[in-house]
Amino acid sequence: MQLEPNKYVKELTREKYKYGFTTDIHTDIIDRGLDENVVRLISAKKNEPEWLLNFRLKAYRHWLTMDMPTWAHLTIPDIDYQAISYYADPTRKKEGPKSLDDVDPELLKTFNKLGIPLEEQLALSGMAVDAVMDSVSVKTTFKETLMEKGIIFCSISEAVREHPDLVKKYLGSVVGYRDNFFAALNSAVFSDGSFVYIPKGVRCPMELSTYFRINAAGTGQFERTLIVADDDSYVSYLEGCTAPMRDENQLHAAIVEIVVLDRAEVKYSTVQNWYPGDAEGKGGVYNFVTKRGICKGEGSKLSWTQVETGSAITWKYPSCILSGDNSTAEFYSVAVTNNYQQADTGTKMIHLGRNTRSTIVSKGISAGRSQNSYRGLVRVAERADGARNYSQCDSLLLGSECGAHTFPYMDIHNETAVVEHEATTSKISEDQLFYCNQRGISTEDAVGLIVNGYAKEVLNKLPMEFAVEAQKLLSVSLEGSVG
Amino acid sequence: MLEIKDLHASINGKEILKGINLSVKTGEVHAIMGPNGSGKSTLSNVLVGHPAYEVTRGSVTFDGKDLLAMSPEDRSHEGLFLSFQYPVEIPGVSMVNFMRTAVNEQRKYKGLPALTASEFLKLMRQKREVVELDSKLANRSVNEGFSGGEKKRNEIFQMAMLEPKLSILDETDSGLDIDALRIVAEGVNKLKTPETSCIVITHYQRLLDYIKPDIVHVLYKGRIVKTAGPELALELEEKGYDWIKKELGE
Repeated sequence: MQLEPNKYVKELTREKYKYGFTTDIHTDIIDRGLDENVVRLISAKKNEPEWLLNFRLKAYRHWLTMDMPTWAHLTIPDIDYQAISYYADPTRKKEGPKSLDDVDPELLKTFNKLGIPLEEQLALSGMAVDAVMDSVSVKTTFKETLMEKGIIFCSISEAVREHPDLVKKYLGSVVGYRDNFFAALNSAVFSDGSFVYIPKGVRCPMELSTYFRINAAGTGQFERTLIVADDDSYVSYLEGCTAPMRDENQLHAAIVEIVVLDRAEVKYSTVQNWYPGDAEGKGGVYNFVTKRGICKGEGSKLSWTQVETGSAITWKYPSCILSGDNSTAEFYSVAVTNNYQQADTGTKMIHLGRNTRSTIVSKGISAGRSQNSYRGLVRVAERADGARNYSQCDSLLLGSECGAHTFPYMDIHNETAVVEHEATTSKISEDQLFYCNQRGISTEDAVGLIVNGYAKEVLNKLPMEFAVEAQKLLSVSLEGSVG
Repeated sequence: MLEIKDLHASINGKEILKGINLSVKTGEVHAIMGPNGSGKSTLSNVLVGHPAYEVTRGSVTFDGKDLLAMSPEDRSHEGLFLSFQYPVEIPGVSMVNFMRTAVNEQRKYKGLPALTASEFLKLMRQKREVVELDSKLANRSVNEGFSGGEKKRNEIFQMAMLEPKLSILDETDSGLDIDALRIVAEGVNKLKTPETSCIVITHYQRLLDYIKPDIVHVLYKGRIVKTAGPELALELEEKGYDWIKKELGE
């Protein structure tokens, strides 16, 4: 008898994560475990040049000397790094498919089901997509169209082959392999991700996006993305991610590096919806991600916008190094945790150049028994005259068993700097919900209205199509959290 | 329209309503008066299904349907409206979004298609005039930063939008100056039709100068102890409640 209600609860929570299906496809998965031979094998499978293999090996050897970071406000179960397979290729072929006819129809179906059609004529208007499943890029759309403007948009594996000079110049230049435990691991075993290069003076005519999908069981995903915006260029880039519902935890440790040169602008938006685990906290993706950009050029601009609703554990601090004078950086974040999810997320703004400006707006929403932390660092170096930062971090609590925490750090070495920090904590009250009920609005819809209202400032920063999706996602993520 | 029989209700285990009997027919305006703590607000909260109150005995039918079996939102969809004594602020939720959701949920319940954005905005413009609600207020978050008078006007505006069959006005006059009171009361009167009914809960006669009741009840210690015509309100205004307490042998 005891089993029945549990089963029901399980089905109910499963319904709510609509990307939880698996694709039944032959996948070339290497044996579980990690040692130097595995690093060599991954490199060999991708036909990599010697320098990249050496980069991986150095990273691997360094990783061996490191320990898991423990400073985050997270309870992380022991992760057995030997129990994970580090490479899974659902495309079977050694070379990435050249045309759509070569792509397995099952893969096309999977991405169609996720709302990411890979046929260019069906694509959302003005959006080019790089679709990555497990360790391999399945297809990049509009590649040729973009190439006419000199824009390079392809998988990082292809970039290593086709544009080795650019990759060699910038890979690891923002996030070195020694940066942290997960960055070292990623640098050793990274598989696909996207590479973007916008040439001087070019405004990218469409949104570029990468859709990450974990499919195979027992694997981790270690993608790597590198974006370089040359002088006076502009690009808006979107990232989406989902994974099947599995009872085991899956590891996702990515690196995103962004280089913004003179007067260039990069907008990077993420809607992270990895499987969060079920209502009892079983399963879900462990999301340990290092994202960092450098405003290298004079007057350059970088903006991170993230909507984090998925993952059992999120450890993620998209950061900016403002080294160019007069450069600007922004971080807009909504992080939702429900049930047993844990998130420790925020940003670092490192002001090195003069008259650099940064803005941080973080909105945490916690429900169920989840723990949601904002962690942010604002550092102003000695020579960063006239640096300014404005930080605002708000927490919204639904229910009384969840936690919201704020860990702001400031490290100011210049007397002319102006740094402001504001924080609020609020709770959705029974009275607010009842007021909505009396006007004919159900509790779930009321929570959706209130949460979307609360997160509006951040959602407005997302490109149109994403904003609508993200709004729905926020409501769905919190279903069943009140009442 | 509304039939309340032997209604008992409590909050936190304390019985507040001790057997209410009340019948409101279509087109009637009832006033419920009574001293503080007599159970007036409890009655309105129980009728709209506030979860803090527990009904321990009795029945309520609304247009022949079992009201107490319905969720608060279905009571609203069926045409029951409460103008709250203390309207709550909902930061971040614009009045437009809030009302649009409310109106379309009601339409969905009735099997009607949702209003388009332009139809809805037109409706809002029309209804706003009923209570002379500033267009700027409509763009603000629900009740956020509204003055006491604006909040009450906003309640009547929502009533105009939702076109309820039965409206309960819970101390709608409290905290209003005389001009705001007139605007709110005139709004209620404009919305009154022979098909709709109204329960006005108040301490004072002054609201009833504007909204003329057909029947006046006195609620005291959880029971309706006196029912009469509009002249009862005037008598209460003049003499207070003590004579009723005396009549009851207290």
